[in-house]
Amino acid sequence: MITEEIIRNTSQNPNICYQCGKCSAGCPIRNYMDDSPNKIIRYIQLGLYEKALNSDTIWLCAGCLTCSTRCPKEFDLAKFMDALREIALKEGIKVKEKNLLKFHKAFLNQIKKHGRAYELGLVREYKLATGDMMSDVDVAPAMFMKGKIGILPHNIKDRKGMKDIFEKTEVKIK
Amino acid sequence: MKIGYYPGCSLTGTAKEYDKSVRKTAEVLGIELIEIDDWNCCGATSAHITSHRLALSLSARNLLLASKQGLKEILAPCAACYSRLSLSAEELIKKPDAKKEIEELLGEEILEIPKIINLVQLYQRVGAEKMIEKKGTGNAKLKTACYYGCLLVRPSGLNSFDDSEEPQSMEKIVTICGAEPIDWNYKTECCGAAHSIARKDIVVDLSHKILTDAKTRKADIVITACPMCHTNLDMRQKDIKKKFDKHEKIPVLYLSEFVGLSMGLTKEELGIDLHFVPFESKTV
Repeated sequence: MITEEIIRNTSQNPNICYQCGKCSAGCPIRNYMDDSPNKIIRYIQLGLYEKALNSDTIWLCAGCLTCSTRCPKEFDLAKFMDALREIALKEGIKVKEKNLLKFHKAFLNQIKKHGRAYELGLVREYKLATGDMMSDVDVAPAMFMKGKIGILPHNIKDRKGMKDIFEKTEVKIK
Repeated sequence: MKIGYYPGCSLTGTAKEYDKSVRKTAEVLGIELIEIDDWNCCGATSAHITSHRLALSLSARNLLLASKQGLKEILAPCAACYSRLSLSAEELIKKPDAKKEIEELLGEEILEIPKIINLVQLYQRVGAEKMIEKKGTGNAKLKTACYYGCLLVRPSGLNSFDDSEEPQSMEKIVTICGAEPIDWNYKTECCGAAHSIARKDIVVDLSHKILTDAKTRKADIVITACPMCHTNLDMRQKDIKKKFDKHEKIPVLYLSEFVGLSMGLTKEELGIDLHFVPFESKTV
């Protein structure tokens, strides 16, 4: 079922992968992952969905597209990772890389509210969610002084329209 | 020449010097930038990794607004915005069903989907060559590492303006500016991108590798056309130094700042004074 959902959402079939491993060889984040990227495709091919969805690999993928560019079968692995993450969220799977998810949630909440990124709001929400108060406190004053972090958000005019888009398309992050 | 302009969120905040230098160089080149009225965030990494429909809708709203303003072409200087807007435009063109669904959601039809271009393409287009020659050079003979990162040249099918493994378009511009591009291995390696806050350790490691290769090959500076890459390579050098004692600082400039210096614009006019690692021009 999950394979069908992936095929539907990404317009490509993971079964075309013949496990050459070129994606993993070029992956800049491979050393930090539980499973190599090609192994995630293998799990899906074998129907081991839980293994794929529980792996931290899908969250550590930075979306750099190196794998998608080099695949000899032209399988867009980065797009496949997107689809897996979306399914993992919908299935309510516990994500090992909690802080990454908290960052994305805090980022999207600013867009939902203001229409554009709001750095101060993002940092505040992220720090409250993670309890990580100390990281980057050394660069924050310089960012303010240089005017790179504003005090006020950049609100767009059509904030109702923005809220509408989120309500209809957002996948809730728990 | 007139062209639509999508600054994107970074250029209004953390990368305000990128916006400043893009606008300033455009002015010198006689290009009028028409900002998309009421544009919204493209959703960046956070949208496309959590909901495909959200990412597509956020980009589509910008394409709709541009189309209503009659803008046929949009400059997106941020490599990530460029990537998100281009991929979404491509999907809307190739999948009429998806387009219809998104239009129902937005409540309007997108009559003409504009073409998205990046800053390298803009400089190529306007024949920056002539303009720069006229103004003289402000950064002659600098050994320059042209850093493309990920989203400027990948995926290969979409960004056919340059090769995805061994791009050369920025090297050509750098050469025209009188500087010397270096040959190096990390020009399309990832800096860790959006992991900068939640997994700073990864960004520090990857950015260190990139800067070390540039340094080893005797580069004086690194240039980039992506705000995310710039933040990681410039602001994170303090963290890199903490972890890797032998790290030697190297200035990182935006492509527009580099081109601007060649036109005779000052560091202050281009916002280069806002960087964390200071840049001293050789030829002043």
